[in-house]
Amino acid sequence: MKKQITRLILILLITALAIWVDVSDIVRIANPLNGQVIFERNVKTVLGLDLRGGLQVILSAVLDEGQTVTAEQMEVARSIIENRTNALGASENLVQVAGETRIVGEFPGLTEEDAQSILDIIQQTGLLEFVEMGNNPLPEGTRIETYTGDTPPEGVENAYHTIMTGAELKSVGVSSHPMTGKPVITFTLTDEGTKIFGDYTTTHVNQYLAIALDKTIISAPRIGSAITSGNGMIEGEFTVESANALAIQLRYGSLPIPLEVVDSRYIGPTLGEDSLQKSIIAGVIGMIIVVLFMAIYYRLPGIVADISILVYAALAFAIFKYFHFTLTLPGIAGFLLSTGSALDANILIFERIKEELRGGLTLSNALEKGWQRAWSSIRDSNIATIITSLILFWFGSSFGATIVKGFSLTLFLGVAISLFTALFVSRTLLTLAIDWFKPTNLARWFGI
Amino acid sequence: MNILNKRYLFFALSLLIILPGLIILISQIARKQLPLSIDFTGGSLLEIRFESASPSPAEIISLYEEVDIQDTQVQTTEQGTFLIRSSYINNDQRDEVLSLLETRFSSPVEIVQFDSVGPSIGKQVTSRAAIAVGFAALAVVIYITTAFRGMAHAFRYGACAIIAMIHDVAVVFSVTAIGSIFFGWEMDALFLTALLTVIGFSVQDKIVVFDRIRENAGIHRSLDFETLVNHSIVQTLQRSINTQLMTVEFLLLALALMGGVTLREFAIILLIGLLSGTYSSIFIAAPILVLWENREWRTWFRRKPAAA
Repeated sequence: MKKQITRLILILLITALAIWVDVSDIVRIANPLNGQVIFERNVKTVLGLDLRGGLQVILSAVLDEGQTVTAEQMEVARSIIENRTNALGASENLVQVAGETRIVGEFPGLTEEDAQSILDIIQQTGLLEFVEMGNNPLPEGTRIETYTGDTPPEGVENAYHTIMTGAELKSVGVSSHPMTGKPVITFTLTDEGTKIFGDYTTTHVNQYLAIALDKTIISAPRIGSAITSGNGMIEGEFTVESANALAIQLRYGSLPIPLEVVDSRYIGPTLGEDSLQKSIIAGVIGMIIVVLFMAIYYRLPGIVADISILVYAALAFAIFKYFHFTLTLPGIAGFLLSTGSALDANILIFERIKEELRGGLTLSNALEKGWQRAWSSIRDSNIATIITSLILFWFGSSFGATIVKGFSLTLFLGVAISLFTALFVSRTLLTLAIDWFKPTNLARWFGI
Repeated sequence: MNILNKRYLFFALSLLIILPGLIILISQIARKQLPLSIDFTGGSLLEIRFESASPSPAEIISLYEEVDIQDTQVQTTEQGTFLIRSSYINNDQRDEVLSLLETRFSSPVEIVQFDSVGPSIGKQVTSRAAIAVGFAALAVVIYITTAFRGMAHAFRYGACAIIAMIHDVAVVFSVTAIGSIFFGWEMDALFLTALLTVIGFSVQDKIVVFDRIRENAGIHRSLDFETLVNHSIVQTLQRSINTQLMTVEFLLLALALMGGVTLREFAIILLIGLLSGTYSSIFIAAPILVLWENREWRTWFRRKPAAA
């Protein structure tokens, strides 16, 4: 019995912690002596776009046939988009690489205008190229075709050779020309860029090198001397403003690969709020009915199961909040299914205990046997569900299918937590309750 | 209680539910009119609310045609909004349409939601989802076969669980196809979620019933297989009903309360799918185990022996 009491204390402790996380926005532990904060974590509920409104965009790399894209390039593109959108002042943005060629951006709680400007800024692909011009520079604003290999692709005429892209830019700034005082754009290259640029400028002095953004020439300076230091300067007819604007575009806009929007979803704030309210009401009423049914049908064990289910709900919600999992409608569906399986575990055990009691076993023996016998079916059925949810999660996250991901994550966590509550919480509480009440009338206490 | 001796009756009942929907589905496939949403086909969905106007759907469709957007369908909702489905439009086209709507019907327009799915991504989602479900099914068969390795023909348990799961998936598709005709339902991303939920629940439920067979096989060694399985079904019946009551109860309420068109569809599909999940554990999966054990297909096409 001492063991059961220790367990009870542990359960109470866990539940109290869970409820603390459930009702707060920030969990903070301060040292009582000097008020110093020892531990702090933001546990605000993260609602998905379908529940709070917002914009979701899936971008896909535009690749020519046979062209591939590396994980690093995708990561660079991702962080550039994140920088660009954060610069707009939107908060809680989430930009993730999904699979090999996709980037998923989620921007919650936006008005329609914000959503529009986010889409605009994302779609500026800003592919910056340093293009070989030879001795005949083209004027600013000319659209050109470029190629990166050694020879131009077949069928394309007047293509220019790109010696490197904006991916090799380390930093970009604006300053004034040391001689003329006019605004110029200065840049520093990465180590690899320094080498490419150094080699090229050494062998092509006095030729022209164009800088093109999205295949449009923005400047075509002459190479005055070899630049091997990795620092360069773009001169042009700039005002301070236009130089700054271009510098920002170069800094944030030098995406290593062009991207296109393949999927965009905007959900207005009212629709999201409506869905959230309806699911909360449905959840609460459903919960009340289940609690009543269990108590009436299974009596004492039913009440124990009710407590166990409430502990389960508090625990699951606390874990979602603590780890900042996003709650979506499919996520709620997954959670409901796992609640069903938490209930199922309890029902399996109680039906089994009843059976053993009818078979003439004493109460404590029936309890022991019931748990033992129900365990194999609970274990096997839940493991199968866990396997399914893991496979679906892998599918969802490698493909940007957020619906499947949200569903499988809550299902997985829910099933794992339900195993804990059914086997640990229900069992401890039922053993203690029987010890406390010492029921003798089986019909009254167990509904047999 | 003998459930198993009526097994062909239950098979027939299932076919009665599945076949009509399946026929509708096949005819829809043949006419390339599957009720797939833009999540799978690509396209755009714009839901708007007019502050002070209520144009007819035909007026909106003709406005769309003026700006050269094809395949437009307009639906009004109970919340007084307009759901406009069309071929894929980008943001510029959307803005053009919106300003046209505002001037034509002289009322400000509020965007409730706007989805735009490129044509290529939808197809990929569908095929990858199918692959994921296929992998999950395979993993489940392997797991069940391992978990039941102590039994004779352990593989059959996994296979029967999957056959019954396919039965449940067929029921869901059938109901959705029927719903698409009578209520204009669409197979969208929420439908996919409902389907996944049904699949997850179905497999879990089968294992509970099979587990009882596994346990009884160890206790009642002298019983023949059919009696053993029937006994196991009857023993788990109360649990099946109660669990079903619980999980379905939840969703019935969600159904009654969630007024929105899309959520109601989701709830009804889930409701029927989960019911089917429990039904097929008892009346499909376990009877097929027996049918397999008896190799009953050998007698299907044979004349009944004349009464002696």
